[in-house]
Amino acid sequence: MKGFSSLFYKEVLRFWKVGFQTLLSPLLSTLLYLLIFSHALGSHVQALPGVPYISFLIPGLAMMALLQNAFANSSSSLIQSKITGNIIFLLLSPVSYPEIFFAYVLASTVRGILVGIGIFAVTHWAIRVPLEYPLWALVFGILGSFILGATGIIAGIWAEKFDQLASFQNFIILPLTFLSGVFYSIRSLPPFWQQVSHLNPFFYLIDGFRYGFFGASDAPPYFSLLVVSICFAAVSLFTLGLLKSGYKLRN
Amino acid sequence: MTPAIEIRQACKAYGDLKAVNCVDLEVGQGEFFALLGPNGAGKTTLINLLSGLCKPDSGRLSIMGFDVSRNYKDARRSVGVVPQELVFDPFFTVREVLEVQSGYFGISDNDDWIDEILTRLDLSAKADTNMRALSGGMKRRVLVAQALVHKPPVIILDEPTAGVDVELRQALWEFVRSLNEAGHTIVLTTHYLEEAQSLCSRIAMLKAGNIVALDTTENLLKGFSVRRVKLQISPDEMPEALKSRCLGLESGYHVLKLDEFSELESLLEALRKFGTEVTDMILPPPDLEEVFVEIMSEA
Repeated sequence: MKGFSSLFYKEVLRFWKVGFQTLLSPLLSTLLYLLIFSHALGSHVQALPGVPYISFLIPGLAMMALLQNAFANSSSSLIQSKITGNIIFLLLSPVSYPEIFFAYVLASTVRGILVGIGIFAVTHWAIRVPLEYPLWALVFGILGSFILGATGIIAGIWAEKFDQLASFQNFIILPLTFLSGVFYSIRSLPPFWQQVSHLNPFFYLIDGFRYGFFGASDAPPYFSLLVVSICFAAVSLFTLGLLKSGYKLRN
Repeated sequence: MTPAIEIRQACKAYGDLKAVNCVDLEVGQGEFFALLGPNGAGKTTLINLLSGLCKPDSGRLSIMGFDVSRNYKDARRSVGVVPQELVFDPFFTVREVLEVQSGYFGISDNDDWIDEILTRLDLSAKADTNMRALSGGMKRRVLVAQALVHKPPVIILDEPTAGVDVELRQALWEFVRSLNEAGHTIVLTTHYLEEAQSLCSRIAMLKAGNIVALDTTENLLKGFSVRRVKLQISPDEMPEALKSRCLGLESGYHVLKLDEFSELESLLEALRKFGTEVTDMILPPPDLEEVFVEIMSEA
């Protein structure tokens, strides 16, 4: 356990030391999204009955920032360690692969949750967002961070250059988050695109998280929880398998 | 007694390149052992196999009796590796790096030992300095400190003095020698053969993934070294009959090859016979560099 706690501490300390880049910067960009989209679309979109668009937008944006930062934390830490070579200090140690997995995932979760909380804290004074089922919001927030933290480990192990990691982020993570219903309710989409959206696991993360705030969602919340839990199990098992095999780490 | 390092038929290939070719090697506890070879001989791959940084294609490796694959936790706790590359984590201070590294090995309260290592490596004044701000020599010292945080019985140093100034080199060897005297097994790779000659009691030489020589330093020097004698003569002209023995001129001395030490007397007699007077004579001690060159050219 000491190996796990040391790596977890190191990973949290790493992003904390560059907090302007890892915490404040995503907070600022999310607030800019909020400002621009609420002014541009606010009068045109009725996302959920009786919910102002700006209120609807905040949980979606908070979850999007949470997911992207959870991914960025584990993936950037791993690829920096690989490229600079300091990953060997971990690989030379007796820290086991499950300890490595949980340390990276939990540090990513801490960063994701801090960014998410920051968004609510900054917007709270101006915009009222109800919190109908806090436990649901918390469960989806944590599961989302877990999944993206683990996905970040996969990307960090796979990528050999920063541009490969950027491709993973820009061609997979970014489209999946943008097309998951962050800015709209999928009920407003044509039937075909509604069906396509249901194939996107990020949709269930955002929708379930939003259910915690408004008590209303596009998909049944228990079904979203099931899909998200299955995704978490699948991504975790795959990541643990990669770490156990030493793929691109111990070659 | 359990060997500090035991390697049985270890093989590792990268494509067609056999980096380590079915190597057998045993290093006893408390030895100061050198692993020598030209670039690409397989020294670093062998170290990586021992430390778990890569997996062998076949064979068995153990450290202090612990198999590096099956019992990797105990094996890694038993070894500290100073890597060849100057790698560091730019986010942390020296002390933070050493505290985290201690934690990786399951050690909670390691402040006393960390302070001692910092003092002995002359790093105390830099303990709270960020790694990025350190000079190359200081970063090298931190690498040594990181390898020692868990007090491993076996210490592997992969070219630790590459690009290091004389002062640090001497301080480092003094420290490593004291660790060896305290019972630690030391395995060293270096391109500075005089270091290996003065420090190590036993030497293995690798070429193209194979061990081509393995013996005590003394036996290697005795058995392989070409003996030489340096002569200053008057008149300063080597007789024609002896020119075939001449290896060249060095600072006014004629350097001659001796196949056996006993040939010296007959050589001096031959010179007297040709009317040549010997005005000065030097018998240089055996040199590991010559042994190395000879073995590598033969193998």
